[in-house]
Amino acid sequence: MQLALFLIFGALAIAGALNLLFQRHPINSALSLVVVMMSLAVLYWSLGAEFLAAAQVIVYSGAIMVLFVFVIMLLNAGEEERTKGSRAAYSVGIPGAAAIFCLLAFVFLSERDALGMANIGGRLANGADNIAELSQVLFTKLLLPFEVTSILILVAIIGAVVLARKEQ
Amino acid sequence: MSHDFQIFLLLTVIKIAVVLVITLTAVAYTVLLERKVIGHMQNRWGPSRTGPFGLLQPLADGIKLFLKEDLMPLAVVRPLYILAPMIALGCALVSISVVPFGSFTPVSIHGSPGVDIFQIANVNIGLLVILGITSIGVYGIALSGWSSNNKYSLLGSLRASAQVISYELALGLSLVGVVIRAGSLNLRTIVDTQVGNGFLSWNFFGGFQFIAFFIYLMAAYAETNRAPFDLPEAETELVAGYHTEYSSMKFAMFFMAEYANMITVSCVATLLFFGGASSPFAGWIHPFGPHVLQVIMPVVWFVLKILAFLFLYIWVRSTLPRFRYDQLMSFGWKFLLPLAIANIIATSLVLALRA
Repeated sequence: MQLALFLIFGALAIAGALNLLFQRHPINSALSLVVVMMSLAVLYWSLGAEFLAAAQVIVYSGAIMVLFVFVIMLLNAGEEERTKGSRAAYSVGIPGAAAIFCLLAFVFLSERDALGMANIGGRLANGADNIAELSQVLFTKLLLPFEVTSILILVAIIGAVVLARKEQ
Repeated sequence: MSHDFQIFLLLTVIKIAVVLVITLTAVAYTVLLERKVIGHMQNRWGPSRTGPFGLLQPLADGIKLFLKEDLMPLAVVRPLYILAPMIALGCALVSISVVPFGSFTPVSIHGSPGVDIFQIANVNIGLLVILGITSIGVYGIALSGWSSNNKYSLLGSLRASAQVISYELALGLSLVGVVIRAGSLNLRTIVDTQVGNGFLSWNFFGGFQFIAFFIYLMAAYAETNRAPFDLPEAETELVAGYHTEYSSMKFAMFFMAEYANMITVSCVATLLFFGGASSPFAGWIHPFGPHVLQVIMPVVWFVLKILAFLFLYIWVRSTLPRFRYDQLMSFGWKFLLPLAIANIIATSLVLALRA
């Protein structure tokens, strides 16, 4: 059952990503990205990271992508123009992409043990409560990166407010 | 498939069907309740002709909406135009799946592990599921305005979405106090921490989360675009806002989505602040009567609390004037958000000092 879930939502994520590339209108691309994010959330859940799945939906699909959609709606971006690609690009590009894909697949499969593996449907950390585990690590070992990330986001917000202010 | 899984699947499908039917009927009769209550508050009868006391009015409305002509203007972006009300209604109905509306009652058939019949999905992050689905509901509003290809719809939908995402913050932060007190995001656990001393152990009274409750209430009124925050839908404003170009079935879906959101918000408020399905006399009066009564009574209490919240929603709608848009935004960002953060700090200080 977990395998079926993984296959369906993995395929959906890839389909969404491909749709994002091939659509002409930016809003269709943005909505395909939302589909990708939600499929990733399902995959996180099937790996046992339920809090991360919820955070992915709330933060990524529910806030960041909404802002993307807003910007596209407000800027009234039209459909993109398409030109025929040069034949040289196609004849070198497609074999090149296939070669890189094969190389990466070989590297990942042969170094599987060093990179670590997670089981589909597994539970993290002896079935202890996911959020308690996360907060244990986040507020003790990773406290400095946490605080620095908050300041980083604050700097971004202040920058945006300054740039968007009316001239006085 | 193993025998246990088949039983689980069967019971889950039955639960989903029952909850869906009851929710949609409740949505239809909430509309009637609103019209009658607002009517009485304005010193007139509400609908009273169709059926006794107007009780067949939702049926008449449903028939009318089904049989109306389904207009689709030529210049709309078709796929998004059709998708938007489906997203809105879908998100409104999915949130009910994690709500427990009775005490834990496992039912087992032929020795299978018990399946709780009063909650569809008992997930450890139930509260986050509700918040996440609320966040996805914004797409219904944003896409409906965009796809209508109409400047009033676009402006109405942008205003409505900006309102919803601003008040989502205050909504989420106001619930953190309750989560800190319960120690879990599981809705059953949160309800279970409010049992023991009758109504004094509810989070509103004994948990001292009354500030959080009022923040939640106001943020929820803004989230569901209901008065006094219903600027995006007001007729004197941008025509009808984001659902100007919709007719018949699709408009009905938006309409049902709004009332289903009201019901979900009331469910969450009772679960988190008013003890969910537990009776106000829980620790004091010993449960009496046949077993069936003990199973049914929590559901009755839950429904009574939901009705009280719906009445409050309707009462506020008929009483208060509308917020202007800039007042609305500054209220959400400059007042509710700092107050919610202060509530979190105060709650965690008190709990840390007590421990």
